[in-house]
Amino acid sequence: MKSLSQTNFLKECHRRDKVILLKRDTMSNGPVDCVVKTPVSLQIGDTVTDTLRPGVYITDIVFPNGKPIKIQEMLFKNYYTAFLSVRLLRREDGHQDGAAAAAKWVTCVRNLPLMANPHTEAGSQDYFSLFRQQMLVEPDDVTSVRLILRQPSSAWLNFNIEEIKIYECANEDAQTGAPTWLSSLTPADEPLHLQGLPDPETVSSSIQQMWALTEVMQSNQTTASVGRFDVDGCYDINLLSYT
Amino acid sequence: MMDEGTELSFTIAQIVQRFKGTHLHSQLERQAKECLHRPDIKLESLKDDVRKFLKVSGWERKLQNAVCRELHIRPPPGHPAAPPEHTKEPLAYMRKAQASWEKRILKSLNSMCAELGVPLAHKRPLPEQRELSNKWNEMGTDEPDLSKFRPVYAPKDFLEVLISLRNPNLDYSEEVSSQSHWGLIQVPLHIRDIPKMRETCPELTLTTGQLGIDDHPHIPSDLFESEHVRLGKRVLSEQDSAAAQQYSRQGCPTGQRAELWALILNSTNEPEDIMHYEQLKAGVLQHDLLVDNLIYKDVKLTANNDDYYFVFEDFLYQVLLCFSRDTTVLEHFNYNSATPPKSYIQGKEEGDEYAVIYPPNGVIPFHGFSMYVAPLCFLYNEPSRLYGVFREMYMRYFFRLHSISSHPSGIVSLCLQFERLLQNHLPQLFYHLREIGAQPLSIAFKWMVRAFSGYLSTDQLLLLWDRILGYDSLEIVAVLAAAVFAFRAENLMEVTSLASAEAVLADLSTLKVMPLIQIFVFATVI
Repeated sequence: MKSLSQTNFLKECHRRDKVILLKRDTMSNGPVDCVVKTPVSLQIGDTVTDTLRPGVYITDIVFPNGKPIKIQEMLFKNYYTAFLSVRLLRREDGHQDGAAAAAKWVTCVRNLPLMANPHTEAGSQDYFSLFRQQMLVEPDDVTSVRLILRQPSSAWLNFNIEEIKIYECANEDAQTGAPTWLSSLTPADEPLHLQGLPDPETVSSSIQQMWALTEVMQSNQTTASVGRFDVDGCYDINLLSYT
Repeated sequence: MMDEGTELSFTIAQIVQRFKGTHLHSQLERQAKECLHRPDIKLESLKDDVRKFLKVSGWERKLQNAVCRELHIRPPPGHPAAPPEHTKEPLAYMRKAQASWEKRILKSLNSMCAELGVPLAHKRPLPEQRELSNKWNEMGTDEPDLSKFRPVYAPKDFLEVLISLRNPNLDYSEEVSSQSHWGLIQVPLHIRDIPKMRETCPELTLTTGQLGIDDHPHIPSDLFESEHVRLGKRVLSEQDSAAAQQYSRQGCPTGQRAELWALILNSTNEPEDIMHYEQLKAGVLQHDLLVDNLIYKDVKLTANNDDYYFVFEDFLYQVLLCFSRDTTVLEHFNYNSATPPKSYIQGKEEGDEYAVIYPPNGVIPFHGFSMYVAPLCFLYNEPSRLYGVFREMYMRYFFRLHSISSHPSGIVSLCLQFERLLQNHLPQLFYHLREIGAQPLSIAFKWMVRAFSGYLSTDQLLLLWDRILGYDSLEIVAVLAAAVFAFRAENLMEVTSLASAEAVLADLSTLKVMPLIQIFVFATVI
């Protein structure tokens, strides 16, 4: 068993923490291509001469392929936004496909608090995920996403949402034109429906799944360090490094 | 925000991964194997019988305590997309401030090295090793020339850095902003005010018994004290870590405190712990570090000058020198905003194989650091046991007192909480002190950075630290600081200069902490 040097030890600990969830991430698709438009502020009064900062920004996200998507997860990093609402432009059912298809705006997330207190730092630079299970409506056939950001506190100079990534559902749906016999072969990813405390049987089976993944990934090393701080018996140091 | 089921599975998988290969893991495996010989273990119900055996023989409790410890130490699993520095500290400007503070410390240490011509670390020649080993138990009798060494920094240098912290996204221009703040800390962290503290600490209310109040000799002991002591004995016999923590909120009886604290911190004194301590001692003997001199100097200047702690001088060296060599302390940098200093082995090119952390535990001691250990010497007289408890206390609480972070128990939050409590509930006093140039934080900071060690009398300090363990938070330190100002408010209103304000608050050794905290939290009119 090779002993790890100290600097690698820390990296190794952290890598193993994340490996379980990264494995889950790579099983689903990468993020969908999207274009995030410049945020537009909503203000009363003259936007040019008024010195008051806006408290509401609207950001639109469009998908360059023009293909409507089924959203599984929306991931983003907050920057001092207090409340988030999300509206989706969904293509209506029962219409002929083509540019003339009617579309409707629906609210899927209403006033989600990202900061517990709009005046203080908690949650101001955190990462968030919105899953389809948490949305008020099914995010299917979405052609455009509109984020409504609100920050009522006058304490902050700016607020925004960054690093937006949208993930699609893993299974194919019929509207993309794939033959039906193909979709019946691929098993659908059933989202977990959990209310209150999770069922211990489900939890243990999912742990076993993750466990199998980590066993495959790693050799039989433990995270317990050997404890030596020197390199082959030598620990002669002159100066500390600044990098 | 992950959904609840996945978050739970992730936490469980993470903890199991940590335990793999630890001594507890191999002990449990051995116990499970050995119990197979027992007649009551049947093949048909093997899994359940083994589980029942482990429960009855107390091993499940040990595992529970270990899991409890992991949950306390680990931060809650962050978002999977969050990079590791976000787990250490979510706010970018705080990370930057911590990094530049660290750079200042490194520069200071390097320049001291260069001036004195002393290497940061070198191997001790064998005769010197033998000599040190012989006088291991009386290192205090040594009088090395420490005049050339100076502490790397003192609490007041650190306070200056905290005062200059600014959030680049905060509007500082407003004269009358949404939160007028008279104090020195200018970052808007979320802190708990008195109504919230009342909710969080119901065990401290006026109608609940407390050690530190209701064990006064004038109060008959069967009103509270004897029942509480009996309960303590029961908690110890059950060996339940979580129960001990809850118990500690009302104070620990003197005779049981040592065991209770060890139980709460899940600090054991098994053969492998003693062996680990001996390994660290060997590290001290083999390599001579510059920080050793800093530790010597600190002990001589602080603990040695204290009436209560000078007797423990030798213990302090034995603990702190070993602490510097302990690489298991590096684990806490996963959730500490600080980063350990790096260096390269002399004479080798810079490459990852020759990169080492200096000192081995990544912690550079500052002026007053030994005061974190000194009070513990009253509880434990075995060096390995004393060491284990101190290390656990450092990795859970004390590191937060000297690194810049937005954590609710971090020193920045504590300072802000102290100032806010004072401004909200004693505005006249705060205003007066500000006018005479005596900002309250400039006086209270040195108390909070040491968690009051060296300022209160020892029995009172231990009662305070009982509650730190009980509530798993350092906020009580900020509350006590405000309560002390409230107690001496009358005298403070009379003073007209910073020097006289400091004189009023110079001696805290006669204070009784629990009545002060109780009155401040539960009897203040809001």
